[in-house]
Amino acid sequence: MTTTPPLLEMRGIVKSFPGVQALRGVDLSLCAGEVLALLGENGAGKSTLIKVLGGAHRADAGVLAIDGRETPFDSPQDSRRAGVAVIYQEFNLVPGLTAVENIFLGQEVTRAGFVARRQERARAAALFQRLGVEIDLDAPCRRLTTAQQQLVEIAKALAFEARIIVMDEPSAALTAHEVARLFEIIRELKRQGIGIIYISHRLEEVFAIADRVTVLRDGRNVGERPIQRITRNEMIELMVGRELKDEFPARSVTPGAVRLEVRGLRRGRAVRDVSFTVRRGEILALTGLVGAGRTETVRLIFGADAREAGDVLVDGRVVAIRSPQNAIAAGIGLLTEDRKLQGLVLGHSVRENFGLPNLDWLSRRGFVQLGTEREEFGRYVERLKIKVPDQEQRAGNLSGGNQQKVVLAKWLARNCDVLIFDEPTRGIDVGAKYEIYLLLNELAAAGKAVVMISSELPEVLGMADRILVLHEGRVTGEIADARRATQEQIMQLAVA
Amino acid sequence: MKPSVTRWLADYGMIFVLLLLCAFFSVVTYSEQSPTGEAAAKQVGAAIGEQFGKTARVLIAASDQPDDAAFAAKLERDLASAGATIHAVVKGQPKDAREALQKIAASGGKLDAIACTQVTGAWLVFSDLKTDFPALGEPRVLTPRSYRWPNFLKSENLLNIANQIAVIAIVAIGMTMVIITGGIDLSVGSLLALSAVLTAKFIRDFAGGAEASAFGMFLACAAAVVLCGFIGGFSGAMITRFGIPPFIVTLAMMLVGSGCAYILAKGQSIYQIPDSFVWLGRGADLLRMPNAVVLMLVLYGLAHVLMSRMKLGRYLYAVGGNREAARLSGVPVQRVLLFAYIASALLAGLGGVIMASQLKSGSATYGNMYELYVIAAVVVGGTSLSGGEGKMFGTLTGAFTIAVIQNGMNLTNVESYTQKVVLGLVILGAVLLDKIRQR
Repeated sequence: MTTTPPLLEMRGIVKSFPGVQALRGVDLSLCAGEVLALLGENGAGKSTLIKVLGGAHRADAGVLAIDGRETPFDSPQDSRRAGVAVIYQEFNLVPGLTAVENIFLGQEVTRAGFVARRQERARAAALFQRLGVEIDLDAPCRRLTTAQQQLVEIAKALAFEARIIVMDEPSAALTAHEVARLFEIIRELKRQGIGIIYISHRLEEVFAIADRVTVLRDGRNVGERPIQRITRNEMIELMVGRELKDEFPARSVTPGAVRLEVRGLRRGRAVRDVSFTVRRGEILALTGLVGAGRTETVRLIFGADAREAGDVLVDGRVVAIRSPQNAIAAGIGLLTEDRKLQGLVLGHSVRENFGLPNLDWLSRRGFVQLGTEREEFGRYVERLKIKVPDQEQRAGNLSGGNQQKVVLAKWLARNCDVLIFDEPTRGIDVGAKYEIYLLLNELAAAGKAVVMISSELPEVLGMADRILVLHEGRVTGEIADARRATQEQIMQLAVA
Repeated sequence: MKPSVTRWLADYGMIFVLLLLCAFFSVVTYSEQSPTGEAAAKQVGAAIGEQFGKTARVLIAASDQPDDAAFAAKLERDLASAGATIHAVVKGQPKDAREALQKIAASGGKLDAIACTQVTGAWLVFSDLKTDFPALGEPRVLTPRSYRWPNFLKSENLLNIANQIAVIAIVAIGMTMVIITGGIDLSVGSLLALSAVLTAKFIRDFAGGAEASAFGMFLACAAAVVLCGFIGGFSGAMITRFGIPPFIVTLAMMLVGSGCAYILAKGQSIYQIPDSFVWLGRGADLLRMPNAVVLMLVLYGLAHVLMSRMKLGRYLYAVGGNREAARLSGVPVQRVLLFAYIASALLAGLGGVIMASQLKSGSATYGNMYELYVIAAVVVGGTSLSGGEGKMFGTLTGAFTIAVIQNGMNLTNVESYTQKVVLGLVILGAVLLDKIRQR
C-alpha cells in the first residue's frame, strides 16, 4: 500500500430531496488511471451521487477531497476547477452550436477579447485526433448522432484537462459497434492517467472495462470489490439485495389475428419504405443501429410526425392518423424513448402525469373526477410497485426507473390494443427490467399487439417472438422465430 | 408541517406579502376620524335621544357641504320620527346660525340641544351660548364623537381599491392562462382600448346614443367583446398554425389593435352614452360591493374551477409544462393554445367594456401600458413565465398587491413619479422573495 492519497475521495455524502432521502452517507474513492464501475438499481442514488460530484447538487453533509485535499463542490464551476467532468445521460450540449463551439463553451480561447476561432478549431481537431475519431466540426450538434455527441462531450472534458471523467450510462444509446469504439477511447484515457467513473446497467460492459466495482443500494454502499473478485450473479445480488433467477421470463404464446398493419410508411430519408404486421398476443422487436429509422417509424405510426405516404391499419381497418390524438383514439399507445423530454411533465405531480392521456374517461362534463383519478393511479402504484411518497410528488423528483413506471402506468390505464415501447428498459436496473419484461408478456397474453424497439440484442432475443431489422429507413430482414436467432444474425442484417 | 400545508404556502405565499403591505399602510395612515353624513347623524341622534328623551328641543346646524346636507336630512328625519321638536335646521354659514338662534329666542323658544357636525361644532357662535342667548335655556352642543382608525382600512377605501383594480384583475385572468401555457399576450392593453371604443361607438351609432335601451347597450358590449375574441382567435391561429412566437404575434396585434381604436374613434373620445351605462362600472347593488368587483370575483371563481378541476385546465398546465409530452399524450395542443388566446382577448374586451362604463366614454387612450401591469400582476402572483405553473388566486393576490401599493402611496401623498419607481422595485422584490422561498 502506498501512502499517496487517491485522486478522488468522497466520504459520508448525504443528500435528501423533498420526500426522498437519496443518499444516506456514501463513500467512494477513485485512483488515477482507474475505471470504477458504479452500480445500483434505479433510485439507489447513483445519479444523485454524480450530480453532487458534478456540482449540480450540493451535498447536505459529507466531504469531497481531490488528491487528499478537501475541496468545495458547491457549483458546476467548482467541480470543473477540481478537474471533474461529468457526462450526463442527457448531454449538456447546446444543440444549435457546432462541436467546436460546444467544446469551448465557457472556456473560449480568446485573443484581445475576440474568440480565436481558428485556434479553437485546431485544438478541437487535435482532441478528436487524440480520441482517434473524425467528426464534422462545423455541423450544429443537433445534427450529430448520439455517439458523436458523446464524443463531443468527452472532447469537452479533455479540453479543460479533466482528471476525473464520469460517464452516466454512456452506452445506453450506442450500438454494439459504437460501444467497442468507446471502450478503446476509455482505455486510452486510462493510459493518460485519467480516473473514470463508469455507470452502466449492462454488466457485461462492466466486466469488459472496469477495474473495480462499487455497488449502491437505497443510498448506501453495499459492496466494493476488484473486478476479478466478483461474479455477475454476485453483482446482481448486491444490487437487488436478493437472488435473481432468469433474466427473461418465459412465456408461451399463440399469436392470433393481425392487429396492427403498416403499409409503405415513408418520411424523408429517415423512413423510406416500412411495412409490417403485428398479431394479437405477439411481441415484435424492431431493431437495428441507432439512426436506422426505428424511432422515426413508430412516431409515424403514432402520428407524432406527419408521414409522406403509407397506411396504418388496426384490426384490418385503415385508420386516419394525423395526430397522436387520432392514434390514441384508434387504440395505439407509444411509450417514448426519452421520458424526460417526451414522456412526462416533470414539474407536475405524478398523478397529473398519469391522468394526462386518460382525462377523457376520467372526466365527466369537462370536470376531472379527482377521486377516480386518485383511485386508479393508486391501483397502478401498487401493481407496478412505483416508489412514490405520495401522489402529489413531482415527477421530476423520481428516479429514472420510477419515472418509467409512471409512464407505463399512464398508458396501461388507457388499455390500448397496440402498445409501442421505444427502448423501454433504457437506463433501468436489472430488477425493474425484469418487472417490465413480465409486464410485456402480460400485455401480449391479454391479446395486445406489442412493438418493442431495443438496441440491446440479448433483450431482443430474449423477449421478442419475431424480429424486424431496419437499416437506413428500410426493412432489411425479418427473423420469424426469434428464439432461434443469434446476435450475429441480427448484426448482419443491421449493417446490410 | 404537513405536505399539503407547505404546498399551500408555496402556492399562495404572496398573500402574506399582501397582508404585510396592508398592515404597513394601516399603521402609516392611522389617524383621527370623525363620522360624517348619515353615520354622524345616527350617532348624534342617538345621543340626543339618550340625554333628552322624546321631548328634546333641537336645532340642527350643518354647513353647505354635501356630506353635511346628508347629515342634516337624516337627523331631521330620525328626530322627527322619534317625536322631538326641531326648532330650526341651519344649512350654511355661522351667520345663518346666529339668525336662527335669535329668531328662536325672540319667539320665546327653549333649546335642549344643538346638533352639529365636526365642522359646525367649532363655530364661534355656539361657544358662549349662556351669555349670548340666555333666553334659550342651557342648550348643549352635540358633535359626533371622533375615533382613531386607519384611512387605509376604511371600507370606502378598500372598495375603492377593489374597484380600481377590477379591470386589470379581470384581464389578468386571461393572461394567467396564456402565461401558464408558456406564452404571453402583449395585445391586451390595445384590445381593451379597442373594445371601449367599439362599445361606445356601437351605442352612439346603432343603439340610439344617449337614449339607448339597456338591451341595445348589452348588444353593443357583447359585439365589442366578441370582436376582440376574434382578434384573439387570429393571434392564436398565427401562433399555432404558423409557429410564430407569441411575443411577436401579440406585439403586432398590440399595434394593430391600438391603431384600429384610434382610427375608429377618429382620435377623439366618444361620450354619447346614456347615464345608465355606468351601472356596470360605478353601480353597487350587492352588499355595497361595486358591480365590477362582484363580476371580477365571480370570474375568478369560475377560472379557479376551470384551472383546478376541469380537463381543459389540466391541459393548459400540461401544454405549458411540457408541450411535447402533452402532445404525445393526446392533448389537443393547438386547440388548447387557441382557447387561451381567445379567452385572453375576450377578457381584455370585457375589461374595455367595464372601463368605458366607469368613465362613461370610449377612447383609444384607455388601457395604455395595461399589458405590463397585467403581466406584473400575474408574475407577482407567482405564475412562472416559463409556463406550467401558477394559480388563479395567486394572480388575484398579485393584482391586489399592486393596487394596495398604489393606493397606499396615494394616501401617504407619495408623488406619482416616485410611485412608479417604488412599484417597479416592489414587483422585483415580490418575485425575488418568491424565488428565495422556493429554494
